[in-house]
Amino acid sequence: MIEIKDLHKSYKTGSNSLHVLKGINFNVAEGELVSIMGSSGSGKSTLLNILGMLDEADSGTYTLDNVPIKNLNEKIAARYRNKFLGFIFQSFNLINYKTALDNVALPLYYQGMKRKERLERAMAYLDKVGLTAWAQHHPNELSGGQKQRVAIARALASDPKVLLADEPTGALDTKTSYEVMDLIQKINEEGRTILIVTHEHDIAEMTKRIVNLKDGVIIDDKKVDQVKAMQYV
Amino acid sequence: MFSRDNWDEILEALSANWFRTLLTAFGVLWGIFILVILLAAGKGLENGVKQGFGGMATNSMFMWTQVTSKPYKGLPKGRRYNFKIDDVAALKTEVPNLRFVSPRNQLGGFGGGNNVVRGLNTGAFNVYGDYPEIIQQEPMDITSGRFLNYSDINDKRKVAIIGEGVRTTLYEPGEEVLGSYLKINGVNFMVVGTYKKKGNNGNAEENQKQIYVPFTAFSQAFNQGNDVGWMAITAQDGSSITELKGEIIDVIKSRHSIHPEDDRAVGNFDLFEEYNKINGLFIALKGVAYFVGILVLLSGIIGISNIMLIVVKERTNEIGVRRALGATPWAIRGQILMESIFLTIISGMAGIVLATGVIAVVNQILSGMDTSEMMFLNPSVNLGVVMVALAILVISGLLAGLIPAQNAIKIKPVDALRTE
Repeated sequence: MIEIKDLHKSYKTGSNSLHVLKGINFNVAEGELVSIMGSSGSGKSTLLNILGMLDEADSGTYTLDNVPIKNLNEKIAARYRNKFLGFIFQSFNLINYKTALDNVALPLYYQGMKRKERLERAMAYLDKVGLTAWAQHHPNELSGGQKQRVAIARALASDPKVLLADEPTGALDTKTSYEVMDLIQKINEEGRTILIVTHEHDIAEMTKRIVNLKDGVIIDDKKVDQVKAMQYV
Repeated sequence: MFSRDNWDEILEALSANWFRTLLTAFGVLWGIFILVILLAAGKGLENGVKQGFGGMATNSMFMWTQVTSKPYKGLPKGRRYNFKIDDVAALKTEVPNLRFVSPRNQLGGFGGGNNVVRGLNTGAFNVYGDYPEIIQQEPMDITSGRFLNYSDINDKRKVAIIGEGVRTTLYEPGEEVLGSYLKINGVNFMVVGTYKKKGNNGNAEENQKQIYVPFTAFSQAFNQGNDVGWMAITAQDGSSITELKGEIIDVIKSRHSIHPEDDRAVGNFDLFEEYNKINGLFIALKGVAYFVGILVLLSGIIGISNIMLIVVKERTNEIGVRRALGATPWAIRGQILMESIFLTIISGMAGIVLATGVIAVVNQILSGMDTSEMMFLNPSVNLGVVMVALAILVISGLLAGLIPAQNAIKIKPVDALRTE
């Protein structure tokens, strides 16, 4: 699903150049649940941004579902993001003045889907994350866990190839974290490919494969026995 | 472009901070309000002043004889002369683009004695010998009967058209006027029509106290021979009487053996020139109104631009999210522009409505007064001005949104997402 070869990325801050990714080689097959671990500054968020087409690599190749991702202008990048990717953020990034339902429907809006159909589909995904009753609530009326579940529904709404989650449990307490991870595991079991960036070991243990990043290179890439989040809920 | 979704997005974004939206909108509202009010006030003044012309054919001049001031061809200076009826035909053939050349004769005048008798009633009125064209140069409403026609001229009929003022002086109320006879300087004329004149050059009353009789009948009845007292000359639309004036006077000079450089022999009054001076004033006034109005509007627009910049800044994160979810740069740009244009147009419309409301109230008050001496009448803006104002609004909304919209997509999605 995802193929990355020899990926480099550096940031220029003033006169200094910071080499963040120093040759990443990395493949993800369809249906995998992968966590990318590393301390801060290891380059894991940068990698996720490049995977999410929010940022561009300096060199190396990136192929997503057999589509080479290179030389994107913003318009094409936007279309690819909409079609291929679903984002889940640490700070949820819901739009405050929109209801949960409208938030979920937003990617479909940018696909140009008709309003009625869009809202029906958004409702179905809200139902999937167990928030049907909260559809007409605004984000500030929801708890952290509920917000993240709305965000997950939103990420799923456009039926993307890959879900990219950047510290999805970073702003949540342990119990809620496990609930969210349980939801993510269930979505994965339906066959969706998911990448999670995290620095929490217990969260990483709940994925099927852990990739360890340190100073811009992969130091460790191993399959693990998945811990079911269900048992903690 | 104008789907319900778009409107929802715009309304949601604008209603997220009601108070600020209102304050911003007020700037534009005020600007367009001032613009419309200024234009309407200018128009009111213009209407009031032009009312004084009473619908006269403004492309006209009046010409009369004076005393020559230079000797010429053996004739002395200080000589009196008269226009002749042949001069009219000569002017018509020798000067192109003249619409009317009306010879006129006159009896009575300011301070004149009683010259009209009907039974026991007498009165002092201006009596004009005229051609039928005069009604197109000096418009009047025929309130009963008819005006002069060419049969009257050709047959030298002794008929008269009298003003409403004459009628109230000489007739009992409700008395039949048409077919009755008036004795003007001892000659009987039959009344065939009455008129009422508009216009108020300070003598609205006097204008109704006139009597029109056929030019030929006048000449015969009052022994004018071929003399013409004065002329009212109107140029055709599209050519200016001011430009033709020199030519007209030259024709007269050569026909009456007047020195070509004698500037005082032919007296004239150029209505068109006067009218143009006033017109120029109002064009200048309109220019000032637009200038001031648009400048005030501009400050409102800068306000909108400012707020949109702040809004974009505040929503940096939101814009990042939208882009992560697949919004193209044009979708983002479009939304900011639409918000800006929408805000501008709505507040502008409110300004126009408010201004028209004020104008309507002023009109209501004015309609209860006698405006004939007020130099202010019916302040109004026409649809064209409103359209211009709307066009200005759309363009300015676009301009106001341009920089903020560009700012919104300048920042990379990844940076936008990091902003909290």
